[in-house]
Amino acid sequence: MFILTDLEIEALYLSLLVSGWAVVGSLPLGIGCAWLLARRDFPGKSLVDGLIHLPLVLPPVVVGYFLLVLMGRRGVIGSALYDWFGISVAFTWKGAAIASAVIAFPLMVRAIRLSLEGVDRGLEQAARTLGCGPFATFFTVTLPLVMPGILTGVILAFARSLSEFGATITFVSNIPGETRTLPIALYALTQIPGEDAAALRLCIISVVVAFVALMASEILSRRVQARLKG
Amino acid sequence: MLDLSVIRQQGSFRVDVSMKTGAGVTALFGPSGSGKTSVINMVAGLARPDQGRIEVDGRVLFDSQQKVDIAPEHRRLGYVFQDGRLFPHLSVRANLNFGRDRVPESERKVEFDAVIDVLGIEHLLDRRPALLSGGEKQRVAIGRALLASPRILLMDEPLAALDANRKAELLPFIGALSKRFHIPIVYVSHSMDEVLSLADTLVLMDQGKMAAIGPTEDLLSRPELRPLTGRWEAGSVIRAKVEGHDKQEGMTRLRFAGGSLVMARNHLALGSTVRLRVHASDVAIALDHPGRVSVRNVLPAKVVSVRQVDPSLVDVILACGETQLWAQISGCAQADLDLKPGADVYAMVKALTIARGEVAETGET
Repeated sequence: MFILTDLEIEALYLSLLVSGWAVVGSLPLGIGCAWLLARRDFPGKSLVDGLIHLPLVLPPVVVGYFLLVLMGRRGVIGSALYDWFGISVAFTWKGAAIASAVIAFPLMVRAIRLSLEGVDRGLEQAARTLGCGPFATFFTVTLPLVMPGILTGVILAFARSLSEFGATITFVSNIPGETRTLPIALYALTQIPGEDAAALRLCIISVVVAFVALMASEILSRRVQARLKG
Repeated sequence: MLDLSVIRQQGSFRVDVSMKTGAGVTALFGPSGSGKTSVINMVAGLARPDQGRIEVDGRVLFDSQQKVDIAPEHRRLGYVFQDGRLFPHLSVRANLNFGRDRVPESERKVEFDAVIDVLGIEHLLDRRPALLSGGEKQRVAIGRALLASPRILLMDEPLAALDANRKAELLPFIGALSKRFHIPIVYVSHSMDEVLSLADTLVLMDQGKMAAIGPTEDLLSRPELRPLTGRWEAGSVIRAKVEGHDKQEGMTRLRFAGGSLVMARNHLALGSTVRLRVHASDVAIALDHPGRVSVRNVLPAKVVSVRQVDPSLVDVILACGETQLWAQISGCAQADLDLKPGADVYAMVKALTIARGEVAETGET
């Protein structure tokens, strides 16, 4: 019987918590950015596009370091957050969620943007002629039609968040019960001689989690596709 | 009903149209790229005129001078697109109710059941659009637009994507809609068959401009508009009423303003109004009544105009009562008869030359 130890449960729980919040928190912004990139032309569009995609090509450690500089207690954003709201994300699971979100953001935006570009604008025009305002049209027509893209984006971002290591350990370090997610716990174990068995167990847990997530996404996206196709 | 005067530059193409339409079906007819769709897109608010004014039922929808530009969702116009544009994520029922749900209950003029009934789509209600055939999709699209109780129904070649059978099936529906629900229809088409069977008023479009507007019968019977009415053969269009079918003789009798006509027996409903087309080359002219002759339709007529098209062809416009009849005779026949405006003659049309395919029910009774 494969019974999880307290440490393993803690790491698994943290991984799911961090990844979940990373995805849920960044989704509205992701949809917004995707819409902006797919539908609007504005000065500096390629710059925004590049900035969003930067984490995809930068070493995660660089992203983590940027976050530390910007959002650490003494960083520009971090100190403002602390002074105004008394919030500090440095060295907490929230910081880990932010790091994961930033790293996974380009994947999410890409998927949603592609899907948005595939939406027939004619359907939106039809909705307008039927008395539906632009805002309502977005929620009743556009959004349901990009659901497959949103789902893909969410799954990709969630998977990327689960595997996030570099940016997280740089930004929020390795704090048991706070920022020690599965990959970080695994890294920590590999640094200790004689913990091969424990490390292997974490590997297996990681594989299972990833596999379940992929299966779930496959089933979900099939359902959504089936709904659209009748 | 619809009163517009708009100018819009689209690249190197300029749409410059002014027109007023009334009740019933108005067809915008012209070749592809003549600006028909641009016009109704401007009416619907999907394209913005550079300048001009659009009014529907006395309500100003667009006025460049007074800076009025009502958003499409507030114009209350129905739009049936060529490609249907049903929402794929919604059932047929939800598609139908999409516009209706957004109309205040007190302003809903069109009954759900009546539309379902007329369009014959009850069995489709719980399906998804992806599972419908092309004809079914267009019916649902028409129903969806109607159920929003529009002030005008704009239709952009709604039958263009359908095969001939589906087309023939849907045409009578569309003709009946305007009358049944008292909604004027502006119908964009490049098919003369459709225009002939649907349009009360015809607008001929040419290179972004309105070339002519008038009752369908009039415009199609005018020789000078021939280049615009298309590859269509020269002829006149006559509005007539089905008066009777004679089984024994195998004939159908039609009455029009100016006399009566017989044609090969068909299945047109008794008392229904039809438009029929008489080809100019099928009309012969006699100075005296021919007496015993195989030609079944011998109509007393007056010569209105004579025009030599080329040495071998002469266009003659005749008046049978109020109805104009277009005849084409050879140059040597004209040399022999010496027809002049005002002359009394007999127009002769063989019953068999009035082809069944060129008679269309207008949906009126």
